[in-house]
Amino acid sequence: MITREPPYLEPPVNAIAALGRRVIASCQGSGRALMMLLGAVKYLPFMFSRRNRADVMQQCYLVGIKSLGVVSVVGLFTGMILALQLGLALRTFGQEWTIGTLVCNAMLREMGPFMTGLVVAASVGSAIAAQIGTMTVSEEIAALDVMGIDPLRYLMMPRLVALAAMTPLLALYMDMIGLFGGSVVGATMLGVSYESYFDGAFRYTHNKDLYVGLLKAFIFGVIVVCVSCYQGFITGEGAVGVGRATRRTVVVSFLLILTLGYFVTRLAYR
Amino acid sequence: MIRFENVTKRFGRKTVLDDLSFEIQRGETFVIVGLSGTGKSVSLRHMVRLLTPESGRVWIGDDCVSEANGSELQRILQRFGVLFQGAALLQWLNVLDNVCLPLRQTRRLPEAEILRLAEEKLEMVGLTGAAEKMPADISGGMRKRVGLARAIVTQPEIVLYDEPTSGLDPVISRQIDLLIDDLRRRLGVTSVVVTHDLNSALYIGTRVAMLHEGRMVVCATPEEFIASKQPVVRDFLQAQGIADLQDVRKAFGK
Repeated sequence: MITREPPYLEPPVNAIAALGRRVIASCQGSGRALMMLLGAVKYLPFMFSRRNRADVMQQCYLVGIKSLGVVSVVGLFTGMILALQLGLALRTFGQEWTIGTLVCNAMLREMGPFMTGLVVAASVGSAIAAQIGTMTVSEEIAALDVMGIDPLRYLMMPRLVALAAMTPLLALYMDMIGLFGGSVVGATMLGVSYESYFDGAFRYTHNKDLYVGLLKAFIFGVIVVCVSCYQGFITGEGAVGVGRATRRTVVVSFLLILTLGYFVTRLAYR
Repeated sequence: MIRFENVTKRFGRKTVLDDLSFEIQRGETFVIVGLSGTGKSVSLRHMVRLLTPESGRVWIGDDCVSEANGSELQRILQRFGVLFQGAALLQWLNVLDNVCLPLRQTRRLPEAEILRLAEEKLEMVGLTGAAEKMPADISGGMRKRVGLARAIVTQPEIVLYDEPTSGLDPVISRQIDLLIDDLRRRLGVTSVVVTHDLNSALYIGTRVAMLHEGRMVVCATPEEFIASKQPVVRDFLQAQGIADLQDVRKAFGK
């Protein structure tokens, strides 16, 4: 059962005890979030079963289609900013014709998945935490538990499938939009023709850049669903608790996306 | 049917249930009353393992629910239907889908059969015309009735009611009470009701128990409960203006 009573702890006697308790609580929280993730993974074979099919499709629609607008704007301006900043710096050395290569590499390897991760965490992750948190506070999660409906199957698994599948697709879409945005800046402000821009972009980019970027986006999607569902399920203290769960989801997801993104890059490009 | 064996529950330093023992027989409507914070809802939540006791055991028939886990716990929970205080309806599902939910998710039944059972239960609670409405568009009393239909749609042996009439006006409260009484008669389920409302407790209960400071001070038939000399019971009766069962029947227009 997901519904659990929070453990009672005596107030800490001093600052060191308080710090120690926070560390222990963080470790316990991470462990429980991972156990929830594994619990949801266990139900993946049932994603197209009669019970779950509609929920999975609906979540895919919410994550994939409903995020397209914001991903388009963020992707377009990320590519334009990259092209502008790099182009202005490279113009000093007369190398502005290389911006196609640089923008393409930066978008595929890092900025596409990273910015997609942030967008998904801020929009989808916060919404998941708020929804599940509200359900926890209003005893809907307890009701599911008592009815014998596992919230990990009914709520978490469809969101896991949606985020794991849609985040890489959104990242790919953001890569393309960003690349296009960069080409517009190159052509209108730096005097780099579209032909030259895209020639540079594709000539010096490898398949690995794309795969690693998509892998990162997949990991970021899983992080967001893991953090947001966990925070939702442990929500307490009414509306204040829901607000706290939402804020924690965004903060923890951002930090994990940033740090894990670095380590994946380091492992992939040693 | 349900047995509490020396159950103690603490929240921090506060002891909410103090060595509590009682037994509920099959087919009866057992009502737990008491002041706020005396452990009424806490005892109800122990029956479906939403809470676990510090010491003691809770038995459902021959199964110890307080120590069960995994599939054994799922099997025990299938014997229950629960009406939560706020009805706990899923907000994105309409009334009919909310009632169908436990059947769709836990039973292998054809969709036509699921719809038939759900519509039958909605008819029992008098909500046939509200099937397509969303929970946000219906009143508190209707939400409770939908919650009740959902609780009984799986045909459980035991139905738990957590404050079924709280937050409702007196007329709707009486309707809910009559519905609970009617369901017990028609379905023969064992019912456990937690309430503040003594009129409702004495009308629907086959036995009424009063909790005070985590202990059961009285557990008796409605007649014996009214005749109790316990000071806390007398205060509780007096506070709600009940002198005898005639007052209760009057409240229900009988």
